[in-house]
Amino acid sequence: MAVCVAVIAKENYPLYIRSVPTENELKFHYMVHTSLDVVDEKISAMGKALVDQRELYLGLLYPTEDYKMFRKLHNSYTDVMCNPFYNPGDRIQSRAFDGMVTSMMIQVC
Amino acid sequence: MADAVLFEFLHTEMVAELWAQDPDPGPGGQKMSLSVLEGMGFRVGQALGERLPRETLAFREELDVLKFLCKDVWAAVFQKQMDSLRTNHQGTYVLQDHSFPLLIRMASGLQYLEEAPKFLAFTCGLLRGTLSTLGIKSLVTASVAALPACKFQVVIQRS
Repeated sequence: MAVCVAVIAKENYPLYIRSVPTENELKFHYMVHTSLDVVDEKISAMGKALVDQRELYLGLLYPTEDYKMFRKLHNSYTDVMCNPFYNPGDRIQSRAFDGMVTSMMIQVC
Repeated sequence: MADAVLFEFLHTEMVAELWAQDPDPGPGGQKMSLSVLEGMGFRVGQALGERLPRETLAFREELDVLKFLCKDVWAAVFQKQMDSLRTNHQGTYVLQDHSFPLLIRMASGLQYLEEAPKFLAFTCGLLRGTLSTLGIKSLVTASVAALPACKFQVVIQRS
């Protein structure tokens, strides 16, 4: 279960960011920023090595078994991309995407 | 997967419609229609770039991405693979299709050679869009020497 979900565009700005409201949200947003640095590090270190989608995910975060969660997120993102009314680079406003993220977040209160 | 002809018919209508709307028959107007077609292809390519690579996301280098274009993207859209891929290893790739499905119904040889570019614009955009989603900025142009064979030239833009 997630406490914060963020989708970052290639140009390093957030297309979508949502966290469980009871926690200190700023802390989560900072974590998203620092994780971008980790992504960069990993990519530059990889070079010719196998950069697998799954490996990238497991390598960055704690080694959880939540590959399924990442898969669901990517599938929903693909659906957003295929929506003709969505222009790549816009903030994600799809209700279906919201619904999927809700199902992944921790249910607090 | 839907019948291939459905896309062929749709594409033919797209080109015909865009050309008919154009009030300016001169070279300026034509450029506009060509870039509209290319833009449409670009958006489709962007979505394809997200949707197609399923488990096969091990793109170690540029050449792997180009091979993905030649095999998976071409097979998904045109039910065949690209016939040849050449590169100068310095960011330029030439993709050759000996019998391009969108041209094959037209003629075999030099007839309709001047009309051919407008039927390639969408596909150029498609390639550029897919590359864009996979993180590669590029410029894609197409050329026809004799129908239905055509070449797509991909030049990687490194800033």
